[in-house]
Amino acid sequence: MNIISKILAGQLCCLALAALSSLPLAAAPRDNVIKVGALFSVTGPAAFLGAPEAKTAQMIADKINAAGGVDGRKIQLIIKDTAGSPEKTVSFARQLIEEERVLAIIGPSTSGETMQIKNLCEENQTLLISCAAAEVIVKPVAKYVFKTAQNDSAAIAWIYRHMRDKNISRIAILTSNDGFGVAGKKQLEDAAKAAGLEIVANEVYDKQATDLTDILTKVKSAAGVQAVVNWSIVPAQSIVAKNMRQLGMNIPLYQSHGFGNRKYVEQAGVAAEGILFPASRLLVAHELPDSHPQKAVLTAYLKDYETQFKEEASAFGGYAHDALMLVIEGVRRAQSTDPAKVRDALEKLKNFVGVTGTFSFSPMDHGGLGLDAFEMLTVKDGKFTIYKP
Amino acid sequence: MDADHLALQYLLSGITKGSIYAVVAIGFNLIYSATGVLNFAQGEFVMLGGMVAVTLAAFVPLPVAVTGAVLLVTIVGCALELVFFRRLRRHSVLHLVIITIGLSIVIQEAALHIWDEKVRSLPYFTGNEASSIQLAGASISPQVLWVLGTVGLAVLALHLFLRRTLTGQAMRACSAQPEAAMLAGINLNNMRTLAFGLSAGLGALAGCVISPITMTHYEMGAPLAIKGFAAAILGGLGNPTAALVGGLLVGILEAASVSVLPAAYNDVTAFAVLLAVLFIRPHGLWGKPAGESVREH
Repeated sequence: MNIISKILAGQLCCLALAALSSLPLAAAPRDNVIKVGALFSVTGPAAFLGAPEAKTAQMIADKINAAGGVDGRKIQLIIKDTAGSPEKTVSFARQLIEEERVLAIIGPSTSGETMQIKNLCEENQTLLISCAAAEVIVKPVAKYVFKTAQNDSAAIAWIYRHMRDKNISRIAILTSNDGFGVAGKKQLEDAAKAAGLEIVANEVYDKQATDLTDILTKVKSAAGVQAVVNWSIVPAQSIVAKNMRQLGMNIPLYQSHGFGNRKYVEQAGVAAEGILFPASRLLVAHELPDSHPQKAVLTAYLKDYETQFKEEASAFGGYAHDALMLVIEGVRRAQSTDPAKVRDALEKLKNFVGVTGTFSFSPMDHGGLGLDAFEMLTVKDGKFTIYKP
Repeated sequence: MDADHLALQYLLSGITKGSIYAVVAIGFNLIYSATGVLNFAQGEFVMLGGMVAVTLAAFVPLPVAVTGAVLLVTIVGCALELVFFRRLRRHSVLHLVIITIGLSIVIQEAALHIWDEKVRSLPYFTGNEASSIQLAGASISPQVLWVLGTVGLAVLALHLFLRRTLTGQAMRACSAQPEAAMLAGINLNNMRTLAFGLSAGLGALAGCVISPITMTHYEMGAPLAIKGFAAAILGGLGNPTAALVGGLLVGILEAASVSVLPAAYNDVTAFAVLLAVLFIRPHGLWGKPAGESVREH
């Protein structure tokens, strides 16, 4: 047998197998299981997002399956590691939609990846519940696309509202030169005008910056600056805090929700005291009164995650928690695994309590969260705590 | 803050950054002089020094942890020479340079696996994250004085070693006239190993003293290697004193750039000046033109 005929024979076998195996599939369309694809950047530069997300999703699926599934339907979770690459995301998404024929995809972890597959999911009528933050994911609304992370603009709204309450009107903005910083810079600038704030210093630093004394010297010398906003997700968040204190700057420092990682507080040490930043309630769950609607969900998630993985839960894992729980809730309400019916049920969903916030969707709003998904936090004695004026 | 104090503050910021570039640049020089190879894994020694020290500091007092880290990384440096460069000596210098780039990537990945992607740091040697010292109207962290002091002493010690000790003179002889040095009974190979070790140890020491300020993580080496390389080129390759001045110049240029231009341009300014200098003096500010014993210390 020569090589060509071998290949031909092989292909024929494959075809025959495919024909055979597709028969039962076609007969029983995705109904007895809830098939969910997950695209997370478990490795690569966005691993700090994707790793806790993948762990969380697997943990929830295992837990629900162990308890008998959702109304008798088991969850089949297929996790793919995108490594933060948009190309991989697209090919995995195709695979999940065309070969695995999943009901829904949860993730991707980043906004860039999500935008690459937004149309793909919409065209194939596959639910996409993104764990990324950018507002373009749900604006304009696509019928099948939802997201669970808070809008960046909501974080900015919190910061600016807080400044107005403290009669701050002249501010300095520092941003890192990565995707998060660049997008934040534009939003901060746009929102400042509306909030009546004057930006007296506006500097971008390298995402690998190791010392910001010179930039902060410049900020310090800017006339009448009353507060600093630093918008980044890189370690420079701790450096800004340290350098400000070393330069003797005692004006308030606001950070983005990217500061919600205890590691950064440890790195900044005593210089972290008094930093203000809006963040998920996950970080301060123990402080919430028992009557708070999210208290039970948050406590349960924190306990499960921290017992199983022996590491601190982050707000990012919470995005995956909510994404998977929303798919499950949709199936429960629709009493079906038909994507169109699950989608309709989700769009009508109101006051669904998740880890990140309380979701209420509508045909106009597939983000579902309001400003109240954030809480203004501060650092006291090296710990996150709810800011009390 | 008036203009004088402001200028001093920028200057201090520049000197702090610059002294770190200078240490990396001196490391480049040591290995270049001894072997003719530009070692682009130089920044990894700084990273390893910080990482090892942070790990050790959990078990032993800080001075012991720093000493241990410097010794360990020195051994790593020697081992790299013994395992790779000694065996590959017959390859062209260009090949060896490419190998150093490969090594830099391997060391980074190894660090990622041994430790993790998280940022860590040593505690401040004196005071804490918020302490500052007033110096003629400018404020600096006490750690900056530690950095400047340590780097200064290390450079002085290196200078004395190369000039005043027999081993140091043997090292210089090797780079000035390898054949003659060999005829005089100097073991060329061992001198090369020593150069790698010294260079690694110096980098590790810098990695420890800067750790409280810049923090340590597995990716920090490469950007430092680029800046250190620029500093070495600006000063003129083959001259440790010039490397010191080159490093400080790059740091001060960056700080000066921030004071007038948006901060995003500071690399552009530093490299534009470097290019301009190289157009006028292709062998750097204090380097000697090629052919005229470039590699003399």
